[in-house]
Amino acid sequence: MNGTTIPAPTIEYALLAPMLIVFGAAIVGVLVEAFFPRYLRKSVHVPLTLLALAGAFLMTVLQVVREGVPTTPSAMGAVAVDGPALFIWGLILVLAIVSTLLINDEDQFVAQAAAVPGSADEEEAVRSGYAQTEVYPLLLFSVGGMMLFPASNDLLIMFVALEVLSLPLYLLCGLARRRRLLSQEASVKYFLLGAFSSAFFLYGMALMYGYAGSLDLKAISAALGTVSGQNTLLLAGTAMLGVGLLFKLGAAPFQAWKPDVYQGAPTAVTALMASTVLVSAFGALLRVFWVALGNLDWDWRPVMWGVAILTMVVGAILAITQTDIKRMLAYSSIAHSGFILTGVIATGAFEQNQGALSAILFYLAAYGFTTVGAFAVVTMVRDAGGEAGHLSRWAGLGKRAPILAGIFAFFLLAFAGIPLTSGFFGKYAVFSAAVAGDALPLVVVGVVTSAIAAFFYVRVIVLMFFSEPAADGPTIATPTIGTSAVVALAAAATVVLGVFPQPVLDLAGEAASALFIR
Amino acid sequence: MTTHYLVLSALLFAIGAVGVLLRRNAIVVFMCVELMLNACNLAFVTFARQHGNLDGQLIAFFVMVVAAAEVVIGLAIIVMIFRTRRSASVDDANLLKY
Repeated sequence: MNGTTIPAPTIEYALLAPMLIVFGAAIVGVLVEAFFPRYLRKSVHVPLTLLALAGAFLMTVLQVVREGVPTTPSAMGAVAVDGPALFIWGLILVLAIVSTLLINDEDQFVAQAAAVPGSADEEEAVRSGYAQTEVYPLLLFSVGGMMLFPASNDLLIMFVALEVLSLPLYLLCGLARRRRLLSQEASVKYFLLGAFSSAFFLYGMALMYGYAGSLDLKAISAALGTVSGQNTLLLAGTAMLGVGLLFKLGAAPFQAWKPDVYQGAPTAVTALMASTVLVSAFGALLRVFWVALGNLDWDWRPVMWGVAILTMVVGAILAITQTDIKRMLAYSSIAHSGFILTGVIATGAFEQNQGALSAILFYLAAYGFTTVGAFAVVTMVRDAGGEAGHLSRWAGLGKRAPILAGIFAFFLLAFAGIPLTSGFFGKYAVFSAAVAGDALPLVVVGVVTSAIAAFFYVRVIVLMFFSEPAADGPTIATPTIGTSAVVALAAAATVVLGVFPQPVLDLAGEAASALFIR
Repeated sequence: MTTHYLVLSALLFAIGAVGVLLRRNAIVVFMCVELMLNACNLAFVTFARQHGNLDGQLIAFFVMVVAAAEVVIGLAIIVMIFRTRRSASVDDANLLKY
């Protein structure tokens, strides 16, 4: 007791309010699970979840409108709520609201996860009309983690956020109502590989700490200029951090989990993962590699080149061989991560970084909405045993359900990057940023793989519109209000971002104008 | 002196990583992941000693908490698949491929 006082840390509650609302609602959701009777739970969870997400979105917007973008890190330097982070928060929250509408759609989730598939227990759970309503608090925890992940200014916070976003997702993947063996397998695979990759991230953190003596991104950046003779620690640490982050994106060679998990998980959860996790992981990747390791770009850029090329090629080529619609969309998502990675590489002068960052933010917005819409359509095309996953079942869908098939074809064209869709401007923005960043060969690879990718998107369209429908083809479920709203919203976003992209481009430019807080 | 601990930590991490890749039982694979996390803790504490600050020791506590949460989720998932398949082998779960 030598009389020294510990200064109380200052926390900017107003600034962190969006995240606090989401986490707070998640905890309330857990209490709802504990104290409410079973038949009431869903009717409490749904408004709670939607209100929390909408409230958090409102707070994010209010923050920007009223006080502008903060220029210093918050919470004693642990969290950086800067322009890109606020843009990403807004995007994640909107996509999460849309995915919640999809998740809310009737019985996609298992009645009782603990009941063995095919057992008497399961039958009884189904008969009693049980529902695994834990889905909603899990979703909120995951979304909270996704918000913290790209906003963390400290590697420790980033690791905790990584786990908070991943752990609920591992569980959500295993909760499909039909084809439960596939769903459980997806859950196990995602969990084991995810835990493996976060162990790499953690060891990378340890090596970084050994190098810089701190996990603060700014301190690591400062140490790059002052610490000498520890390059092994630095380079090994960078590589291992990269493994952890690239795994979350599903960049090759760490893409193996993605098709399995996307196929096995309940489609609404796949929609959530495919849109928001990608946004969040790119935010975190950019922050680590630009803020902490920006001055090391001569060392990491060649490796990132290789990863980007491999990701685009693997995603586009393996997608051709797929026979399952969800697996195909998963490989398409891998290819898109590759396209966005070309923007990550385009670092250089300040203006160039701004351009690349705003291009990436726009691409993420465009891709996020389209992908949620595509998975929403997948939930509606059904067979006796659940969703009709196999591509051959989609033959002639254009004759059976012209509107639905037309919208799906439109989403596929947006993935392919045809003009007048959002995908075109996204690709254009990212590739022009890469050209400005002296990555012309990457752009060539990007354009070639886009052409390959266009082949399999068009193949599905041809299959839907120019083949005879099978006699016992899939039925089209009458969409609930939620699912129709999701499809309509995603289609509208894809059109608007493709025809009038300027407002969102401006917003992304504004968000990127000051780059990340250092 | 601290170098020995770093070497030990790297060895533990490598043993864990090899175990994840080679072992067949999901529980053992998961134990190997936990071994990797503990190797990280050892590295953190050693580096904290080297740098003379307490950050590394603090981080070790965070890692323990995260690892505990991961155990809860992981065992739930592994028990779930074991009850369904009567086996926790990662080779048996092979419905999702190509």
